[in-house]
Amino acid sequence: MTAVKESAASRRAASDGSARGSSDGSSDGGGDNGGSPSTRRPLPWWKRLARDRAVLLLALPGMAVIVVFQYLALGGNVIAFQDYQPYLGVERSLWVGFENFQILFSGDPEFLAALRNTLIITLLQTVFVFPAPIILALLLHSLVSNRVRQWVQSILYLPHFLSWVIVVAVFQQILGGAGLINNFLRSHGWEPLDIIGNSDAFYALLTSQVIWKDTGWATILFLAVLAGIDKSLYEASAVDGASRWRQTWHITLPGMRPIIIMLLILKLGDSLSVGFEQLILQQQAVGLGVSDVLDTYVYNQGVLGGFWGVAAAVGLVKGLIGLVLVLVANKTAHAFGEEGVYRA
Amino acid sequence: MSTTTTVERSRTTGPNDRRRPRTRPVVDGVAMPGPLERTVKGVVLTIACALVILPFVGIISTSLATPEQVTEAGGFVLLPTGIDLSAYQMIFAGGVVTQALWISFLVTAIGTALSLALTTTLGWALSRKGAFGVRAMLLLVLISLLFNPGIIPSYLVVQRLGLLDTLWALIIPTSVSAFNVVVVRAFFVQLPNEVIDAARIDGATEWQLFWRIGLPLSKPVLAVVGLFYGVGYWNAFFNALLYMSDASKWPLQLVLRTYVVDGAQLGSQDLGIDAASLPPQTSLQMAILVVSIVPVLLVYPFLQRHFAKGMLTGAVKG
Repeated sequence: MTAVKESAASRRAASDGSARGSSDGSSDGGGDNGGSPSTRRPLPWWKRLARDRAVLLLALPGMAVIVVFQYLALGGNVIAFQDYQPYLGVERSLWVGFENFQILFSGDPEFLAALRNTLIITLLQTVFVFPAPIILALLLHSLVSNRVRQWVQSILYLPHFLSWVIVVAVFQQILGGAGLINNFLRSHGWEPLDIIGNSDAFYALLTSQVIWKDTGWATILFLAVLAGIDKSLYEASAVDGASRWRQTWHITLPGMRPIIIMLLILKLGDSLSVGFEQLILQQQAVGLGVSDVLDTYVYNQGVLGGFWGVAAAVGLVKGLIGLVLVLVANKTAHAFGEEGVYRA
Repeated sequence: MSTTTTVERSRTTGPNDRRRPRTRPVVDGVAMPGPLERTVKGVVLTIACALVILPFVGIISTSLATPEQVTEAGGFVLLPTGIDLSAYQMIFAGGVVTQALWISFLVTAIGTALSLALTTTLGWALSRKGAFGVRAMLLLVLISLLFNPGIIPSYLVVQRLGLLDTLWALIIPTSVSAFNVVVVRAFFVQLPNEVIDAARIDGATEWQLFWRIGLPLSKPVLAVVGLFYGVGYWNAFFNALLYMSDASKWPLQLVLRTYVVDGAQLGSQDLGIDAASLPPQTSLQMAILVVSIVPVLLVYPFLQRHFAKGMLTGAVKG
């Protein structure tokens, strides 16, 4: 996330490096005005290549994985414009232009349902899941005892490290037909509740699962930001007689604003990816009607259904929309004088 | 670290001189919370912690409880009256669960080693500012953080490389996390230049710099990154679902989905045993859950000690 910001930082750092290149000798001699300090002329590229071959060799295996599985894979999106047949491969499958994309505009009911479900879940996540760690972080930060805070943190971080399969299984065991809560209700002569497998309760279930799994973990960033707020601001305001609530409102929340905005922008870019694993695991229980989202639609249509071209088209549009949303949101943040995710 | 002082809230020379000055202890500039606030916070946090802990207690208890108690409870047991390990004996008897555990273990061990090797070498190379091509490569890594090629294209690449239905499909595509590369690089960048220069003057090669200086000085971050990779491989479900159609090569998460989430019945032949009577399905399911959670619980304290230090410096800085 901050990585993108870091690119700017590292560019600055890199030019710093070359500025003091004379003392760093051969290692930091690159950059625009690096190289031999006496002439200030850059080495020819083949000399730098020869000089830095060990560094390149070290980078090679890792870069290969990133290039193949990110950049080369990106090229696989061309099958969105093909009638892709696995036994023919990308080279020999027929090109069909935008035919696969027509499903987006022709109003295929399954696609529309997936789109609608995705948007509903995104909305729920923004309203309920996003603020939860902010509130929890404020709560944890306001604890006076460090020891209590560390214990609570240790416990609440834990669910993040469980797989979605385990989380879904745990929820089934607690809320399912033979689960803890229904056993309790039955043993007291009450009607059992149908929560798992009930399409009306499905979105509430999804939301509570995400909150259970990741709220604690997501506080880490906010707590780091809170710890970095200048203590003297609090002290000064306390002397001026500010109450705890006024301190929160006028010091703490403004201090958190940049990171909140940054995370919102990143979330926006991801807003059409609403949790493939969580949803695919529960489709059998509630049916596709409420649980099919764009990612599961792509998987079901492409990998399971064999409609490769259509699935790739949907995936491609989804990815492009996400990218555009990040770029627009970042620009908007700049327009409002915020730092955003990156500066370009 | 907190400094406790007392700030008098009302001015001593004000018109309210008669009133007893209200004093409240102040910690780091923030006044101590009142009793009401403290009670509310205590209740909220206790409930939150209970919501996390109680499911684990229930799962472990049910896996250990006697078959009679599980049957009588109709499923979930919160406090076992007796202890019965037969569910564990059966899932370790050599059937599908044992096999899946073994596969997950292999994938986690090989994957973590490979990931660490690739991530640290790439992170080190990217920290060598000014070297040929480093800036371009860093840009490629950073841009890859912004997009995801998509499910179908990823599948096609794995298929093309002939990795479908091999354990490598669970390892190689996720072996380098761009985010972790950036974190590791951030650590290498902040190593003191003097140490590296001194070693170079002594004639150290690039590999020696990396192996003798970079790695030993970055142990905390390597521990965290390694454990994150490890937990990732152990929990991997998406790749397994996508790339492993051969059920005999399923890792643990797919077995969990089939027999716990989807509730398929585990019979004697699945478990690889000759038993007239099996423990209740619930006991078996909870035992599988427990064995899939335990490794995470074992590394967790270690992870916890390091991640504040390791992750935050990498992530928050920027």
